[in-house]
Amino acid sequence: MEQILEYFFIYKEAIFIIALSVFLGIEVISKVPAVLHTPLMSGANAISGVIIIGGIILVGHTDLSTISLELILGLFALIFGTLNVVGGFAVTDRMLEMFKKKKK
Amino acid sequence: MDKVIGIINGTGFTVGDSILELSYLIAALLFVVGLKLLSHPQTARKGNLWAASGMGLAMITTLLLHKNSEGDGIPLTNVWIIMSAIGVGAAIGWSVARKVKMTAMPQLVSIYNATGGAASALVALLEYPNAIAGDIGSLIVTVLGLIIGSVAFSGSMIAYGKLDGKVGDVMKPFMTYINLVLLIVTLGLGAYIIQSPNLPEEMAWAVYILLALSLVYGIMFVLPIGGADMPVVISLLNSFTGIAAAMAGFIYSNQAMILGGILVGAAGMILTALMCKAMNRSLLNVIIGSFGGGGTASDLEQGNIKEITLSDAAILLSYSKKVVIIPGYGLAVAQAQHIAHELDTMLDGKGVEVKFAIHPVAGRMPGHMNVLLAEADVPYDKLFEMDDINTDISNVDVVIVIGANDVVNPASYDDPASPIYGMPIIDAHLAKNIIVMKRGMGKGYAGIENFLFFNDKTRMLFGNAKDSLQKLVNEIKSM
Repeated sequence: MEQILEYFFIYKEAIFIIALSVFLGIEVISKVPAVLHTPLMSGANAISGVIIIGGIILVGHTDLSTISLELILGLFALIFGTLNVVGGFAVTDRMLEMFKKKKK
Repeated sequence: MDKVIGIINGTGFTVGDSILELSYLIAALLFVVGLKLLSHPQTARKGNLWAASGMGLAMITTLLLHKNSEGDGIPLTNVWIIMSAIGVGAAIGWSVARKVKMTAMPQLVSIYNATGGAASALVALLEYPNAIAGDIGSLIVTVLGLIIGSVAFSGSMIAYGKLDGKVGDVMKPFMTYINLVLLIVTLGLGAYIIQSPNLPEEMAWAVYILLALSLVYGIMFVLPIGGADMPVVISLLNSFTGIAAAMAGFIYSNQAMILGGILVGAAGMILTALMCKAMNRSLLNVIIGSFGGGGTASDLEQGNIKEITLSDAAILLSYSKKVVIIPGYGLAVAQAQHIAHELDTMLDGKGVEVKFAIHPVAGRMPGHMNVLLAEADVPYDKLFEMDDINTDISNVDVVIVIGANDVVNPASYDDPASPIYGMPIIDAHLAKNIIVMKRGMGKGYAGIENFLFFNDKTRMLFGNAKDSLQKLVNEIKSM
């Protein structure tokens, strides 16, 4: 028990952020109409590409003097992350464009 | 920019550092606002752009201003390499997103979800050597990021394969047990790595095994899940990718990543819950149950199937007052959305009131039918959700069921032994006439008889949905 409390204290900021973000996520998304299920999903999917920041940090501080496994995998992480971000936002926009067009 | 402007806990920080953190705050807020706008039809497109601009902002400032623990910025050579990798990813992502057919949308969403999971898993894998033995917090997020990211990646790839018809459903009763064991072993190994006092270098073997186990689990977890459960699985995997990204955010103490990831995780969970509710099943039931293993529906008397000729169908429709079209996955497979809209406009021209009734789990991803019909320019206000249609369905002269099956199966009311008993359906059986367009007498995904087809009011129009609709439209035209 003491140990759990200890961890809670050490990571209190992280735990606060998680708890509040979950609430925020639920509040923001709830009651979304069925029409928007797909765009919402693919838009959210694109946001999960925020992992790209991790990829940038990782490759940004990788030693480039040799071609290491770390560098290669890091580059893959970057490419995958970008695919997720750019592809996700682009396809969402394309879908929403269709929705808009026919509303006239 | 590099002037030290203050000191916290003995470490100096510069204007650049402050601007970087500020940009993360702005990015996180843009994600929240973007998602909020995305959940309303009028503002959805703007919301998507806001979220995208938040992402762009965070990417640029990270590239320009991020410093490692020694206080070194990202060297110029690295910047160029990163930009090239991003350029490659962006070019592929953009062109695929622009070209893909709307009918292939579920596949594309799965693929992009897989890439996000893969990126998270790779980041966690590469950051593991930097973790400090005994620092439980950083080890937990790294290990969880690796497991969840890998499962999201391999699971989404299998989901893609299934949606594209490349991978079949593998349902064996013993798979539930294998999966359970696999899950326990994976989590056990993860826990072992987290609590181990050994240095990361000494644990590398375990981490690679963990990666392999997680990838296998992702495959095994999605393999037995049938087509109609795809909306649930896609939402769930989407949620996983978000959580994996959030875990990586903790590795870097990056609030934009944490908030963005958790938001997506929560959004995915809500969609998952909505989809489960629409099928009257629990998430656990979807994952381990799968229809095949469940109760066997009682094979009651089958009754007679009656076919309808095209001219009869054309006359019936032309002289109706109210027509409801119920699309299902068959419409997507046959790519019949445009011709369905043509039928709609044609009947409209004859003074028939036409509505489309969309079941929440019709198709293979949440909102699948809405996207397809939007592509075909069916007006937004002609699409009705299940509950709105059901209140007035007994006044409807004809319902046309196009490639839908389980979502109109009255067994959900009548047959307690049926696996879909209790699932909310569109009450097609209450309409005055029912026309069912179907390729053949094959059973629906759930593998159960649909008593709607044997209903006295039902008449069948066999054939590919697109061909049948085309012929029907021609028939009405020639009247």
